[in-house]
Amino acid sequence: MNRYARRRFINVLSIGLSIAAMLFGLVWLMWILFTLFKNGFGGLTLSLFTETTPAPGSKGGLSNAIIGSIQMAAVGTAIGTPIGILAGTYLAEFGQRGWLAPATRFINDIQLAAPSIVIGLFIYELYVTRTNHFSGIAGSLALALLVIPVVVRTTENMLKLVPNSMREAAYALGAPQWKMTLFITLRSAQAGVLTGILLAVARIAGETAPLLFTALNNQFYSNMNQPMANLPVVIFQFAMAPYEDWHTLAWAGSLLIGLFVLGLNVVARILVRPSSQH
Amino acid sequence: MASHAARLKQQQRQDWLFRGATRFFAFLVLAILVGIIISLIIGAWPSIKQFGFGFVLGDQWNPVTHVFGGRNSIIGTLLSSFIALLIAVPVSFGIAIFLTELAPVWLRRPFGIAIELLAGVPSIIYGMWGLFVFAPWFADNVQPWLQNHTQGIPLLGPMFDGPPMGIGMLTSGLILSIMIIPYISSVMRDVFEVVPAMLKESAYGLGCTTWEVVWNVVLPFTKNGVVGGVMLGLGRALGETMAITFVIGNSHSTIHSLFDPGTSIAATLANEFTEASDDLHVASLIYLGLLLFVITFIVLVLSKILLLRLQKGEGANS
Amino acid sequence: MSQPVNQNAKLVVKNLNFYYGNFHALKNINLDILEGKVTAFIGPSGCGKSTLLRTFNRMYDLYPKLRAEGEIILNGKNILNAGIDLNMLRAKVGMVFQKPTPFPMSIYDNIAFGVNLYETLPKSEMDDRVEWALQKAALWNEVKDKLKQSGLGLSGGQQQRLCIARAVSVKPEILLLDEPTSALDPISTAHVEELVHELKRDYTIAIVTHNMQQAARVSDFTAYMYLGELIEVGETDSIFTTPKQKATEDYITGKFG
Repeated sequence: MNRYARRRFINVLSIGLSIAAMLFGLVWLMWILFTLFKNGFGGLTLSLFTETTPAPGSKGGLSNAIIGSIQMAAVGTAIGTPIGILAGTYLAEFGQRGWLAPATRFINDIQLAAPSIVIGLFIYELYVTRTNHFSGIAGSLALALLVIPVVVRTTENMLKLVPNSMREAAYALGAPQWKMTLFITLRSAQAGVLTGILLAVARIAGETAPLLFTALNNQFYSNMNQPMANLPVVIFQFAMAPYEDWHTLAWAGSLLIGLFVLGLNVVARILVRPSSQH
Repeated sequence: MASHAARLKQQQRQDWLFRGATRFFAFLVLAILVGIIISLIIGAWPSIKQFGFGFVLGDQWNPVTHVFGGRNSIIGTLLSSFIALLIAVPVSFGIAIFLTELAPVWLRRPFGIAIELLAGVPSIIYGMWGLFVFAPWFADNVQPWLQNHTQGIPLLGPMFDGPPMGIGMLTSGLILSIMIIPYISSVMRDVFEVVPAMLKESAYGLGCTTWEVVWNVVLPFTKNGVVGGVMLGLGRALGETMAITFVIGNSHSTIHSLFDPGTSIAATLANEFTEASDDLHVASLIYLGLLLFVITFIVLVLSKILLLRLQKGEGANS
Repeated sequence: MSQPVNQNAKLVVKNLNFYYGNFHALKNINLDILEGKVTAFIGPSGCGKSTLLRTFNRMYDLYPKLRAEGEIILNGKNILNAGIDLNMLRAKVGMVFQKPTPFPMSIYDNIAFGVNLYETLPKSEMDDRVEWALQKAALWNEVKDKLKQSGLGLSGGQQQRLCIARAVSVKPEILLLDEPTSALDPISTAHVEELVHELKRDYTIAIVTHNMQQAARVSDFTAYMYLGELIEVGETDSIFTTPKQKATEDYITGKFG
């Protein structure tokens, strides 16, 4: 019976530790969210959205950074999404034979987790050193490179969920392959593909590292061919500086990004839920 | 009839174009990777020429004397990631067990989502929270306690030596661990769910406790996937930039204790790249970036291979 | 509802009802499982025969929303009581499943693992026990030279006999076999059926099967179930030759099912 008591003890102990691990994870999430709201909520004023980033000691907001972030995220998504969808379509629909599809799939999954700061270096080498200045375009390109692997992965996964009978039915009607793919398979997978795009946007919205060497920052509004303000880099600079006003703005900006990213995650989950049940 | 044939021909051309376009972009995804490596080598070339492979071991990082060595940055990256794994792996294992074997079904989804949300929090928020909230708390409450309880103990004592400033290597590792827990635990959860119910039932049928089923049946059955998940988390930790930059302390000096401020490859890049004026400094930074990319690439390739092996093994058994 | 009343009942089922959420899966089952005999459960799929078997070792406890009411008496105790120790229950009531389920470890360890749960044996005794269990499962001669190899490397039929050896190794009192040959080829099936004959000398056996010939070949008693009810139970010979219920006769003669 001694042996049995020990087995039970180990079991209870491990169950206890496992519950403790779960709580450990939840505590950090709660703590971080709590901090974010506590420090960021006060800064959410109208001027945050109307005034540009201030010099230390003066009043201001984050409007140029917000607009810059939206612009670059929009352009990055616009460039990355079609590339990602087409590449993902190749993997799911045409890549049954040959080396290209497995190689691409493998490399894509690695790029999903590759350090984003290296993407920043790449665009710096490829574009910034050629044009000799930081710019919104360079930032958008870096973000596009981060969008692609996310969209490729979800597009392929979602297309694979489309039953083959649907493809066969379209072929039986004599539909050409491109029509079948664009109007039937991609269509029936659209909720899933949209989810992928949302997750990609959520990912780039909070990315700082690749923008440091590409878009840099700007105290004012700017066009895409100039260095461009963006929320993450502004937050980074303001938080690392010793000024209280800047810290307040940095927290407010963090809350904005946090709400946006978590909101997108929630929407993406709601979107994917009904489609996965069909 | 003629128009029918022309139409067919047109359709064939369109199909060819469409397939070609998708193939081109699939190829582009591959080409980007090659492009990254080549451009980093070109960018780093002046430094590679100057310092060679000795760069990896050089402990000097001095823009004034133009001597650059990556040792301390590389050690910082590896050490902070190692600390992160040390904490994140057992915790993630516990979370995955909780979510697959213990929690009542109605709790699994909300708790799973909560953990996944940890992965959704942008890293700059971890950084701010780490610098302004966690580090002061850690310096006041945890570090003195650690010092008091390890003083005089060989090996452990020196590890927790030095002024408790909050920021430093240990704090970086801790925050990294929180950031990679969601990645590791969700891979573990997914692979645990792959274990056939009947296999678990037959272990329960012998009279095993939950823990015995997990340790003796679930874990051996999924070990490739579990290691793959750990490697994925490691890949994430190695490349993580912003959170680390806030809390690691950004010091190029050699660290002697886990409380010492240090730096990592990513933090060095984030801090110095836009300030670097001379070419050798920039090239050395890119050299660091290249090393980071190569290290994470190897880790991620291993992770992917292990996860693929699990899938294949699964197919063979069922 | 005729049933043999017998002093030698190993397991007594009284007024057993079982629910999957709101679905009433077993309806008022009353039944004795006799010691040292093989009792077969037959019936069309979904009739509840596997569900019934899984109440005998409370395997259903692993899943939410499943619940059993009534009594199942083993050694004078109602095993449906909340206070019953499930690990100990399952040590007494072993189970073999539809598909072979060797654990991801060596052949030797597959057996030793179960034994180690309950006993601390020195190496030499453990070797003896492993050999004994594999002999019991008629597998020893085939695997004695590769005990350190993975159990996953065996053929399907060998894997299933390994699982039987594993179940036997902890010396249970009752052995539950849930369609143990449904994933096996005819030759392996014959091996397992022979084994059942051998094993009933030491164990009380309950076997679920969708194959009536198998029930006729291996069992002493047969229970026919339909839509969650126990229609008829009796000696196998009489069930197959002179069933008392029309429904049983229809099923056995293939008019239905």
